[in-house]
Amino acid sequence: MFAVFRDLIRYNIEFAIGLVLVGIVVIFACLSFFSPVDPSLIYTTIPDQPPSAQFWFGTNSRGQDMFWQLSAAFRNSLVFGFTVAVLSRIISIAVGLTAGYLGGWVDRVLMFINDIFVAVPIFPVLVLFYFVLRNNMDSLTLALIMACFGWPFDARLIRSVALGLKHREFTRHAVFAGMSTRKVLLEEHLPYVMPIVFSTFMNNMLWSIGLEVTLAVLGFTNINNPTIGTALYWANSHSAMVVGVWWWIVIPVILMVMTFIGLFLLAMSMNEYIDPRSRLRRMGA
Amino acid sequence: MHGYLVFVGKRLLQLLAVIFFGVSATFLVTHLSPINPVEAALGRMTARSVSNPEAITAMRAALTELYGVNEPIWSQYINFWSRLVQGDFGPSLLAFPTPAMTLVMRALPWTVTLLTVATLITFAIGNVMGGLAGYNQNNRFLKAFGLVAIGIQPIPYYVVAFILLILFGFVWPILPISGGFAMNVTPGWNWPYISSVIQHATLPALSLVLVGFGGWFLGMRALVSNVVTEDYVTYAELAGVKRTTIVGSYVMRNALVPQLTALAMALGGVFSGTVITEQVFNYPGLGSLLIDAVNAGDYSLVLAVSSVSVTAVATAIFIVDLLYPILDPRVRAE
Amino acid sequence: MTQNNNAEILKVEGLKAYYQMNYFGVEREVRAVDDITVTMRKNEVYGIAGESSSGKTSFIKVLAAAIRPPLRVVAGTAKYNFASGPIDVAHATPEEIEAVRWKHLSYIMQGSMSVLNPVRRIGKTFQDFAQRPLGLKGAEFESRVVNHLARLNLSPDVLRAYPHELSGGMRQRVTIGLATVCHPEFIIADEPTTALDVVVQKEVLSLIRDIQKEMGASVVFVTHDMSVHANVADRVGIIYAGRLVEEGPTRDMFFAPKHPYTAHLVASLPRIGDRQQRPALEGRPPNLADPPQGCRFHPRCPLAVDKCRKEVPPLETIGPDHRTACWRWKDVEPLVNVSAPSGEMA
Repeated sequence: MFAVFRDLIRYNIEFAIGLVLVGIVVIFACLSFFSPVDPSLIYTTIPDQPPSAQFWFGTNSRGQDMFWQLSAAFRNSLVFGFTVAVLSRIISIAVGLTAGYLGGWVDRVLMFINDIFVAVPIFPVLVLFYFVLRNNMDSLTLALIMACFGWPFDARLIRSVALGLKHREFTRHAVFAGMSTRKVLLEEHLPYVMPIVFSTFMNNMLWSIGLEVTLAVLGFTNINNPTIGTALYWANSHSAMVVGVWWWIVIPVILMVMTFIGLFLLAMSMNEYIDPRSRLRRMGA
Repeated sequence: MHGYLVFVGKRLLQLLAVIFFGVSATFLVTHLSPINPVEAALGRMTARSVSNPEAITAMRAALTELYGVNEPIWSQYINFWSRLVQGDFGPSLLAFPTPAMTLVMRALPWTVTLLTVATLITFAIGNVMGGLAGYNQNNRFLKAFGLVAIGIQPIPYYVVAFILLILFGFVWPILPISGGFAMNVTPGWNWPYISSVIQHATLPALSLVLVGFGGWFLGMRALVSNVVTEDYVTYAELAGVKRTTIVGSYVMRNALVPQLTALAMALGGVFSGTVITEQVFNYPGLGSLLIDAVNAGDYSLVLAVSSVSVTAVATAIFIVDLLYPILDPRVRAE
Repeated sequence: MTQNNNAEILKVEGLKAYYQMNYFGVEREVRAVDDITVTMRKNEVYGIAGESSSGKTSFIKVLAAAIRPPLRVVAGTAKYNFASGPIDVAHATPEEIEAVRWKHLSYIMQGSMSVLNPVRRIGKTFQDFAQRPLGLKGAEFESRVVNHLARLNLSPDVLRAYPHELSGGMRQRVTIGLATVCHPEFIIADEPTTALDVVVQKEVLSLIRDIQKEMGASVVFVTHDMSVHANVADRVGIIYAGRLVEEGPTRDMFFAPKHPYTAHLVASLPRIGDRQQRPALEGRPPNLADPPQGCRFHPRCPLAVDKCRKEVPPLETIGPDHRTACWRWKDVEPLVNVSAPSGEMA
């Protein structure tokens, strides 16, 4: 696995750029562990200060130091995306491997459910949850709900790989050796789908953080919890752009774009690594 | 023909299942929560100083009848469906006493039009450019186009829409940034109205296109660079078949087949994007209606918008799925 | 062997075609076709045999005027003598090639399963391929195609079908139909029978043979399968490591090969009632980026002497129509005892 990463960094410029972008954002987010201020407090410093040596990212109209505010926001958003990705990976691996390996009616039923989830537009559903839960809607609840909608695409992908694995020699050996279905799936098949799991992991984070931003911007999450989305929400509600506090909007947008492009490049280059046909193309063969 | 009918039947079954599960989920989410919908809605209504007692009494009656909160949940569920089939979600709170369904039906054409036009443009631009980029891999312009696609594609709808809003609202105000049409025109089949509608739809559509085309571009480019190595393409090139025919009917045509499946799968996401875009540009569609309804605590309207959008998206996916066998003769035969 | 004195349709002289590649700044040159001189006659089937990566595919690409980078013609000519006039496909402009493509020079590609566009009706494909070279439109074109298909035992209904609706054999016949509908003078058939089952293979071979005889076309038939050559070819040329090593009438090639490599290829054919241990050829085909000095076959040759390691043997004429490039051709014996059958082979 490490060799794979080393090769990717060395030969795949997209992967290297993605890694650098995501790395910067992750380091920035980790700085929040050393934050001198509590990001949930307001009016801890002079409001509306432009970026300077003292306030690197300026301060906002709520009297918060944007540097520490955004650091906490990015940490929360990344943790959120990570949680959704882990949870939805578990569902997609379980469904994908089971459907692919068992086949038959189990496969048909699971894929039928899968297709239903694909067809349900998630945004109105999330809004509905917010509408019902209102302020009880915290990050973890949101992550759970989104995990329930974030698996079907990848489950299908994993299933297609599992279908191919089913007829391979080693599977037959394992079955003859008396391995239980659960063991075959976890010990024999899981390693084969791990590359897909990693690549879709990035895509899934992209998707969930993006949705969180969207919901938060509209005020449909817990707006007192600093995240990328709520940072923009507060900036909007104070009409930051209109009153000239541009750094309140521009800096988080730049950081956010870095995060998204970084994650996307990682996902894309890992995807190419998995699909050898596109790798050959890259080498000019 | 028989094969096609079986195919349609299967898809229709799936469509009904999606609508059934989607709408049931809508019901469950709202009914399994500890909040009493009637009192919550009324409380929010009075909190927003809508204190017309007649409205409140009518509302309480309507809501209690609609949600039947005193009955067991399964009978509430049956009641919910029987009303839903008639398209009756009760009166809207936002514009009492207009039925929620009327508001939804008023907003639906705006969203459907915006979504359809933007999706068609996005799909066309992304696939044509992506196809060309896959076929002419050394073309510099198309390479640059690919970089732009990679750059914009992962950015959330909201941010792109917001950047456009700033660009065209403050920096270079040439396009209207809010509403569905200008105040001074009369809706109808007259040119001032139509041109006003087109102008107002430009920015929302542009933001949808900008975010959307990258995915199609990258997908098509990858597909085409696989298809060009297929024997039938090499053979057609060897036979001196016209280049335009090769690119169109041999390469792109084959690469388009999986892209159509992708379109069906992407529609749900595009719908979510439309909701945001409408909000940013204050566009009078379902998205704006949904957000207004949530903010006003309008229970019936939220339920109506959710149910209708689940149904609409599922139907759109169904229609795209029906096109699939037309594009791929191999499906027809099965 | 009655067509010996027929006019030439193709004359290849001193042809060299190399792959020139640039890997991370390092120039690499693969000499896929290295100095081939050969002529092909009107109305004959010329078989080309050789292992994979012997350069036969690259040679065919030049003949088919499908030279694309990184493949480049470095020297020599490949002149066709078509009814429309002579053309050197190694140096012709795209327009000149366009003018002879399919009308005079056509191609049957390997892999009948995948050469037809899966989402296009056969009739449409015929239009794409043949309408321009034939210069016919509408009903006239249609009747020409239908007549041609009838000759191939295909009903006009296939024109409305998609490839997946046809059987493997039908698809192969459609491909042959595509390549021959314009009555080309020269047909290149690149492994047209590989991956077909034996029964279909036989049908396809006799079909190509029939069509060729009927239209008086010349066919270059490429396959690594010597038994196929025994069945269809009038003459056979053997390519080894980018060079023509032996060429002669099919009969002579099988019963009196004069190159150790040919002798080996013939000996490796399975025979009924054969109990002999088959002599295996040691080693592998040489790397064309760095071919061995002297005769390129010498590292694997059982007869190799010092001279073979140093000097390149010329292609000498050693009998009627029979040429070989071996210093020791007089010592080459068939590796297995084959007695000439009484009947004609082809």
